Amino acid sequence: MISIQHLTKRFGKISAVDDVSITIKPGQAVALWGANGAGKTTIIRCVTGLYRYKGTIHVNGIDATRHGKAARHAIGYVPQELGFNDDLRVGAAIRFFASLRGSKIDDLDRVLGRVNLLGQHAKRMRELSGGMKQRLALAIALIGDPPVLVLDEVTASLDAVGRGELVTLLSSIARDENRCVLFASHRVDEIEALANRVVMLERGKIVEDLTVRDFASKVADTSLLRLTIEARYRLDAIALLQKIGFTAHLNGRGILVPVAAGQRMRPIQCLAENSIAVHDFDLLSASDQGSHS
Amino acid sequence: MNSMIRNIVILSRRDFKEAVLSRWFILYTIAFTALGLCVSYISAGAAGLGGFGRTSAGLINLVLLIVPLMGLTAGAGSIASDRERGSLAYLLAQPIGRLELLIGRYAALAGALSMSVAIGFGLSALAMAMNQSHNDAAGYLILVGLTIALALSMLSVGMLISVLCRRTAVATGVAVFVWLALVFATDLGLMAGTMTMSISIESLFTCAILSPLQVFKMASLQLVDASLDVLGPAGLYAQMEYGKSLPAIFAGILLAWMVLPMVAASLIFKRRSPL
Repeated sequence: MISIQHLTKRFGKISAVDDVSITIKPGQAVALWGANGAGKTTIIRCVTGLYRYKGTIHVNGIDATRHGKAARHAIGYVPQELGFNDDLRVGAAIRFFASLRGSKIDDLDRVLGRVNLLGQHAKRMRELSGGMKQRLALAIALIGDPPVLVLDEVTASLDAVGRGELVTLLSSIARDENRCVLFASHRVDEIEALANRVVMLERGKIVEDLTVRDFASKVADTSLLRLTIEARYRLDAIALLQKIGFTAHLNGRGILVPVAAGQRMRPIQCLAENSIAVHDFDLLSASDQGSHS
Repeated sequence: MNSMIRNIVILSRRDFKEAVLSRWFILYTIAFTALGLCVSYISAGAAGLGGFGRTSAGLINLVLLIVPLMGLTAGAGSIASDRERGSLAYLLAQPIGRLELLIGRYAALAGALSMSVAIGFGLSALAMAMNQSHNDAAGYLILVGLTIALALSMLSVGMLISVLCRRTAVATGVAVFVWLALVFATDLGLMAGTMTMSISIESLFTCAILSPLQVFKMASLQLVDASLDVLGPAGLYAQMEYGKSLPAIFAGILLAWMVLPMVAASLIFKRRSPL
């Protein structure tokens, strides 16, 4: 299991993760959901020992701060993208990472077959598609059957076919009742397929901790309003919208406001009443929310 | 401790394979070997390949120019390139320690550099042996050892640069700058300092032995000539002041250049994000 208590990670003056506590039990697959910069990847990087942090993280009962190596031994990790040397062969990569985990690979085909890469052991990295590389990363993550699986937006760089294949593979692995899975994702369909719990993050803080069913109904009911407003009025507009209960924030050249059904006109009306002109707006669907909100 | 050594061995074995198959290794080995053979031939004049002593003397300047560049650039690319590619973070998310990764990589590159130097010197030696020039082979072997020590000290500096730089291009640029500074600025700087500031012989010698290249040069010249007269007053001063302890001083300085930058690199690497 994973126990994250009062996790705080700051980059200079910016708090990327602010006092976050999450406990994940065996058999649970927990999705971290939120906008870019919400803190999903930062939490994952703290769990995998890539960042120093304040707070405590226990992986399978091991204090990750004090015994990072032992804690990482219990983690199978799949990154957003695999950055291996182009000349490395699939079989060599698996054997190398297996040896680092203290495992011996007797049957390479069994390892590759598990992720639908049977017969690919002699291929070089440069010959693999993005989807194949991610499945290879999954095969490596599963070496030695670690009790914890950590996935960092693993389908972000894949096309629809690659994404579908990986999610199908992951959905059977995520249902293992002895394993706990922590993953970051932008995609509603992915979360519905893999998670049984969703932790919603906003600017480094947990805003909600939901079952996947509640999450699905919430995102189905909520849209994201993107407002184009003149730069000098943006901060005033955010303050106004927050005053009437919306969680508005800046994003690029606009303001993003999650809005429930029946409330979609209200932010625009409120701004008009306060003489702040809205030059344009977009209404984004549920599946787009993670990547924008 | 056992798992630490095991991980270092696993990492260095893989990195060594990658290093000897890399373009830099092949190019440097070919260049070093070809130039070594040329120097051997030229140092013997028109008479063909010369003996070990004459060839050693000829090789010193070649080593001073090429070997630091080999060590610095190999080291500079070692961590920065993995960081840029994203594979450093992935590696460090595995059950390995940062120090293990750094030591493993150093060992692998040290092995590859030593192999490159050994091939270069070895082929020159083979050519001379075929020409039946067997005199002073022991000195030649010590020169090989000194060259490897110089390469490893420069590798250590290169790895420190690599740990400090986020991008490979920047790390390589800094490494080339350090190489230029060491190869040209130290010689010229010492000459200029002597002439303009009239620094004392003691200070001149102290300044000179701060540079690993100067230490290599003095140690090698002493090996070839058995004295440092060729270096002028500073050489004479060193000979008179330190006498038989000079080789130990030179060895200690080269060892310090191997160890201290790596200690600094490991302290920085331990605290820095791999991303």
